[in-house]
Amino acid sequence: MPGEAYLCLAILLAGVTPAFAGERYDLGRPASAAEVAGWDIDVAPDGKGLPPGSGSVAQGRAVFAEICGACHGLQGEKGDGKPIDPLAGGQDSLGGAKPLRTVGSYWPYATTLFDYIRRAMPFSAPGSLSADQTYAAVAYILYLNQIVPENATLDAASLPLVRMPNRNGFVPAPE
Amino acid sequence: MLQMGRRGFVGRLLGLSGGLMAVPAAARAEETDFLPPSVPPWSREQGAGVVSPPYGVPSPFESAVVRKPREKPLFPTAASTGTPLQALHGIVTPNGLHYERHHAGVPAIDPDRHRLMVHGLVERPLIFTLDELMRFPSVSRLHFLECAGNTPQWQKIDPLWTAQDSHGLLSCAEWTGVRLGDVLGEAGMLPAASWLIAEGADAALLTRSIPLARALEDGILAYAQNGERLRPEQGYPLRLLLPGFEGNVNIKWLRRLKLVEGPMESREETSKYTDLLPGGRARQFAFTMEVKSVITTPSGGQALGPPGFHEIRGLAWSGRGRIQAVEVSTDGGASWQAAQLQEPVLSKCLTRFRLPWHWDGGPARLMSRATDETGANQPTRDRLIELRGANGRYHYNAIQSWQVASGGTVSNAG
Repeated sequence: MPGEAYLCLAILLAGVTPAFAGERYDLGRPASAAEVAGWDIDVAPDGKGLPPGSGSVAQGRAVFAEICGACHGLQGEKGDGKPIDPLAGGQDSLGGAKPLRTVGSYWPYATTLFDYIRRAMPFSAPGSLSADQTYAAVAYILYLNQIVPENATLDAASLPLVRMPNRNGFVPAPE
Repeated sequence: MLQMGRRGFVGRLLGLSGGLMAVPAAARAEETDFLPPSVPPWSREQGAGVVSPPYGVPSPFESAVVRKPREKPLFPTAASTGTPLQALHGIVTPNGLHYERHHAGVPAIDPDRHRLMVHGLVERPLIFTLDELMRFPSVSRLHFLECAGNTPQWQKIDPLWTAQDSHGLLSCAEWTGVRLGDVLGEAGMLPAASWLIAEGADAALLTRSIPLARALEDGILAYAQNGERLRPEQGYPLRLLLPGFEGNVNIKWLRRLKLVEGPMESREETSKYTDLLPGGRARQFAFTMEVKSVITTPSGGQALGPPGFHEIRGLAWSGRGRIQAVEVSTDGGASWQAAQLQEPVLSKCLTRFRLPWHWDGGPARLMSRATDETGANQPTRDRLIELRGANGRYHYNAIQSWQVASGGTVSNAG
């Protein structure tokens, strides 16, 4: 029977094939939805991953006064790139002799700001800001760059809609 | 031979023992007491016993061979240190001298409490312990790692820079781990998955997006380096190793792999590690470290001894494959000679090159240019800046020059 012959061949091959092509090693254990949710803090450019909550420019100014300003300055002006970058200014400077790379002049997505602050800031206590504080800090930094108005409040719905000035400033490198 | 200084044995001994103990008899000895026809004291008494120390360390006479930052960092946990390439031999970087680049310091991770999570566009989200990961079939390969920001000579050339300063964000090790594809396959990759997000467990939760197909070519999850478990500075207990890719995507302290449809546009792949070009646009996702080389002997900060025979030695590498040829010039690029390549010449690995040289005692400008197996070769600095401008911060691979002065001192000529 051809079918039996193929079966025998398959068994023979399985016995001598070192790699488990297409098969599993049966290692690891299932990750629960709760476990994934605890670690998966990625925010995508379309806003996927943004948590509930909101924050205003005014609240962000207070967050800066209390927490961020010590390193970044109350207007986000401190730093020379080693390693702190100025957070605002520099728009339309990228093609000049002295480009100033800031959130407003260089960053292509506003969602990145939320993602980065949530995972790595403040430097002295990464991950310690609430979602509301994070939205507020994002709103304030965007306001400093004249990207949102002073009365703006940002949340999961509105943040992905923020259009960054340098959104089209990047080209993929050739492979 | 090269001389780093004029210290004699007696001077070194005094320097080592000063203040710690009574001046030993050896230190009162004349230099000639160590040299023929005399027999030095270490030939006439027992040396240190075994297990002193249990984990061996270099000779105290090599105490100057250390990693160091180019300048004192404002935030020591968000900084880098370079490998002292000019003091090393062969192609393997000793683990304690592998270059460092951290964004939130070196976490102290208990491997029994570390987990790798694999999720996103997979059939089965999974969590692995280190023990489970180490049960997968293992692979060992020699590969270089280079920080995308290595050799920041776009704007200026510092004549005092050593090879450690200019090229030290470069190291090479034998990495052992498991194939990335085996671990992702265990979770079952869904057809829609085309990018991989990798995240570290350090306090920066450093995150990069990588095209999945490229990561699967030869990516490994490494748990060992040069025969021992990863050093904490290199991601203990687990790191991503993507041969030929810029250092930043080789996520250390790896805790999470997520399959997605498109890049997440993390801070590290937008505001950093992108190459600002003339006109104001920027290259993004320039993962491959292109062909490059550097002469390590003689190099900046060193001094040639007397005129006569000197071997020119250096390193060449390419993120695209094997090194095919290295040419060396001693006259500032007017003429070039083929250097000898030390076997084995491995893909995406450092290759040691050498060229015998008779130094006449006069000024000389030493340069090396490498060609890889794809035919790509190094541009001059002028050509690189013509193509990419001087405001890029990453992926500098121009031909490097060292200036030998008539007295034999060597300085960086960019």
